[in-house]
Amino acid sequence: MMLNSSNGQVIKVGIAQMDVVKLPNTIRTSGLGSCVGVILYDESKKIAGLIHVMLPDSSLGRQESINVAKFADTGIAAMIDLLKLEGVQKFKLKAKIAGGAQMFQFTSDKDSMRIGPRNVEAVKHELKRHGILLVAEDTGGNSGRTIEFNPATSTLHIRTVNQGVSEI
Amino acid sequence: MTYNQKITSLHLDVFKEIGNIGAAHAATALSNLLGKKIDMRVPKVEMVSFNDMMELAGGSENVVVGIYLRIEGDAEGSMFFILPIEQANRFIRRLIFDESFDFKKRPVSELGLSAMQEMGNILSGSYLSALSDFTNLKIYPTVPGLSVDMFGAIISIGLIELSHVSDNVIVINTSIFEDGVEDQETVRGHFFLLPDPDSFDAIFKALGVS
Repeated sequence: MMLNSSNGQVIKVGIAQMDVVKLPNTIRTSGLGSCVGVILYDESKKIAGLIHVMLPDSSLGRQESINVAKFADTGIAAMIDLLKLEGVQKFKLKAKIAGGAQMFQFTSDKDSMRIGPRNVEAVKHELKRHGILLVAEDTGGNSGRTIEFNPATSTLHIRTVNQGVSEI
Repeated sequence: MTYNQKITSLHLDVFKEIGNIGAAHAATALSNLLGKKIDMRVPKVEMVSFNDMMELAGGSENVVVGIYLRIEGDAEGSMFFILPIEQANRFIRRLIFDESFDFKKRPVSELGLSAMQEMGNILSGSYLSALSDFTNLKIYPTVPGLSVDMFGAIISIGLIELSHVSDNVIVINTSIFEDGVEDQETVRGHFFLLPDPDSFDAIFKALGVS
């Protein structure tokens, strides 16, 4: 386990899912490849949300009902709404992001092969659109990541198979 | 019709047969390559959620050796050959006659990596050519990519195409194991075939079950 979280629980978020965490708990998502983990947090209130974004844009979806957490555009908007319900003001939100790797090097021209970088671009675009400051990121490369955010310290712990653990 | 409603039990049986034929050929190829008996299980065809998919090879954080390729042509999809580290180590040691080879040792030896890549090439090639013969569909595999990393990070690339239309995935899962180590759940390799939803019709039509 990554963190010795202070008596708290670790809230786990799956692929294309999202959740909110409060002190003393931490929130984590594991095995991020081309997906991007987006943390939106309020430093003073010690509340954070994590979205495990899979695709850049909900207009790519061809479903009747969409899972908002799957896409960068709908996921970030929905998380802001969730955090507002917790009494967080939008202008106080900051962001940290990790993921968006390219796990396989391919010579295919298929768009899905570049999905990692496209997810990162889309997430940044959405953060800017909502006026949320991106404080730190660990994106790109070709390694999978497991991330865990601790609202007590606003630290994002990142574990990879090859480079060990880092903090942003 | 939505992706989920399209699939009947007859369709699942067809997919099971595809897994059977493809993986049987691949297992034979592997057996010849290693001079070792390789057994396989009856393929499982399941519709699973993305998060359940993460559990099929020991959880999203489990570090595995993964070969991935795209299938293009008359039917499209993603294919993975996933091996637990220990089993991949045993296979590659046998192939390159180097008992010290270890995927966990950094940097991983180039010779071992290229042997693994070649093994992926041979196995996926025999899986897919069997599939092509069986269905009469023209399918072309891309050159396989290799990654030693968390299972979730590896498999999620295969979920991208599907994620446009669904939160579930049809997975044709065939596990293989060395003769004699069948009981050890941890040393089981997997072939995962994830057909793109748009290709279902082509596959069923080719087999006369549309």
